[in-house]
Amino acid sequence: MRTLSTLRPGESGRITAIEAQADLSQGLAEAGFSVGDEVEVLARGLFGGTPLSVRLGRAVVALRRNEAEAVRIS
Amino acid sequence: MTLLDPNDAGMNTEAEAAPVPPKATSFALLGPPNAGKTTLFNGLTGGRAKIGNYPGVTVEFRRGSFSLPGGEPAALIDLPGVTGLTPRSVDAAVTADVIHGRSTAIEAPDVLVIVIDAGQLRRHLPFAIEALSTGRPAIVALNMADLAERDGVKLDDRALEEALGVPVVPVTATRARGRQALLERLGEARPGPARTAADARKLADEVILEEPGLNTATRRLDRIVLHPVGGVALLLAILFFVFQAVFAWATPFMDGIEAGVAALGQAATVLPDGPVESLVVDGIIAGVGAVVVFLPQIVILFFFILLLEQTGYMARAAFLSDELMRRAGLHGRALIPLLSSFACAIPGMMAARTLESERDRLTTIMIAPLMTCSARLPVYAVLIAAFIPATEVGPFGLQGLVLFGLYLAGIVSAVIVAFILRKTATKGGQQTLLMELPTYKLPQAGDLFLGLWGRVKIFLRRAGTIIFAVSIVLWFLVSYPGDTLRESFAGRIGALLEPIFAPIGFTLEMVIALVPGLAAREVAVGVLGTVYAVGNAEENTGQLADVLAASWSLPAALAFIAWFVFAPQCVSTIAVARRETNSLKWTVFMVAYLFALAYLAAGATYWIAKALS
Ligand SMILES: Nc1nc2c(ncn2[C@@H]2O[C@H](COP(=O)(O)OP(=O)(O)OP(=O)(O)O)[C@@H](O)[C@H]2O)c(=O)[nH]1
Ligand SMILES: [Mg+2]
Repeated sequence: MRTLSTLRPGESGRITAIEAQADLSQGLAEAGFSVGDEVEVLARGLFGGTPLSVRLGRAVVALRRNEAEAVRIS
Repeated sequence: MTLLDPNDAGMNTEAEAAPVPPKATSFALLGPPNAGKTTLFNGLTGGRAKIGNYPGVTVEFRRGSFSLPGGEPAALIDLPGVTGLTPRSVDAAVTADVIHGRSTAIEAPDVLVIVIDAGQLRRHLPFAIEALSTGRPAIVALNMADLAERDGVKLDDRALEEALGVPVVPVTATRARGRQALLERLGEARPGPARTAADARKLADEVILEEPGLNTATRRLDRIVLHPVGGVALLLAILFFVFQAVFAWATPFMDGIEAGVAALGQAATVLPDGPVESLVVDGIIAGVGAVVVFLPQIVILFFFILLLEQTGYMARAAFLSDELMRRAGLHGRALIPLLSSFACAIPGMMAARTLESERDRLTTIMIAPLMTCSARLPVYAVLIAAFIPATEVGPFGLQGLVLFGLYLAGIVSAVIVAFILRKTATKGGQQTLLMELPTYKLPQAGDLFLGLWGRVKIFLRRAGTIIFAVSIVLWFLVSYPGDTLRESFAGRIGALLEPIFAPIGFTLEMVIALVPGLAAREVAVGVLGTVYAVGNAEENTGQLADVLAASWSLPAALAFIAWFVFAPQCVSTIAVARRETNSLKWTVFMVAYLFALAYLAAGATYWIAKALS
């Protein structure tokens, strides 16, 4: 069970599921995270690798580790 | 194409057929954050609303007017950007209320102008479809067509138009490009057929002909800017540079203004000796002049703030400081309201509306006044000029370093206060960060200039109204009755407060400056200007900084600076805090804690400095 938060900068994966409470899932969906899409990690913070900046298509979104753990990838 | 056919099953064919209301006079700009709604609004209405390259610039609706191609007048409403129509934050609720006609302050719009980013159609299409599902007549503006073209994005807008069932017009809001076409097609706005999010994906595949990857300049720049170590170093270097520049670049201009003010004072001596001359020279010119001198510093500070806002660096700064914010228990996006507070705490508190959790919003409002607002710059600057030698420490000017330190002191205390609040009064709730990092954009010279001009006007208007009025009133209070400050009305009023401030080293002059400082903080400088001009009327001494250097002890001056790091903010900020928190209790708490911190900090500074010297 890999999540987005296990990826290192430069690595990418495909979103298989989003597992979060209603508010966060809605937020993630509106930010452009949708099942089947590719997501690439561009940068991570120094301490604990949070926050992350990830690429979704042509857009870059910043999120914290907690949020990234809700995004399952393969 | 069956799925995209507007006449397909499940479509709202009735709505589809509904004609445009004949008097469609009210248009609302609806779109995701940072899609360029406000830029379009300004372009169409000639407005000057704030624009920035980060999500969440607009947090309140704004109404303007423009003419339809036929010449009929129409209203245009700019709205805060939203990612969907189910609001999770206060700014999004503003948009939802207006769109659904629930707002009491503004009419429900007749037509929606759905503004989305052409280069991000895949991401924004679900939003457009959700917006169309309201059933209101609509038209879609595919904005940032210039950037999409530059990056090599190719769209089939005809197919998109057919599928959505409403006009689709490519526009470039920053230039007039597409504006005329948009205006001409406003009349064709109509309700689109209902669709689902699943349709959006299919539709995107259909209409996006070519879609290159992420803009390469943004990718390359972010490799440096968001680098875990290098990025933070760069952020600090930028802030550092800004404060150095505020002092170094402003000096020649300030000298010029000072000379002008002095010349004006000289010219005014043609007035017959007596109270009228004193009022003009020692009251108005000394008071207003003491503040106006700081215009160049304000301009330089805002130039950099606007530059950071318009390039797209602001959201990156939020990214870099997120971990610090998280540890303080704050939402990562809280950094943007806090950075806005460097201009003034009022827009900062309003920008906190973009935070989803009420607790985050409240905490951010409470600490916003700790960010050094631009009105405090004159106070800091005059005292730094008076008491900190203009020497170099390595390659850096000492004065700029001290200014940087004062801003830092504000930031550090804000983090500490937030931490304590989040452990006590605003405990609980989960902090999340989900924020788009926009692509870097070249700042628009016009927006930069208008933004600066707006600040200059605000500053000068305050100098011409509040500070002017205070200078006149204060001149009377300081000049009468008697010969010394202590005998005057102002002195007597100050003497009532003096015992409170004596333990922290404040002199009578300082105490007198504090009270009108509540109207606006730079007024404190104007007051000192007047107080010393009246007191030294015979000597006709030079600049306020020189006068202060000669008459204040170092510990007292440092204590006064420390006071202003925390000092309770101006009355308008308090009023806005009351409105935004909708709570008298929190407002009182804010004023009380800031007062307590200011008192303690000034006291500690005074006694420590005294012990050391
Ligand atoms: N190159 C280019 N830049 C644009 C265009 N439209 C807007 N911008 C820039 O995009 C950024 C965002 O513009 P705004 O008008 O503030 O966006 P907004 O939709 O009002 O954003 P919010 O108020 O946060 O919802 C600014 O830096 C604009 O200068 C465009 O058509 N072309
Ligand atoms: Mg806007």
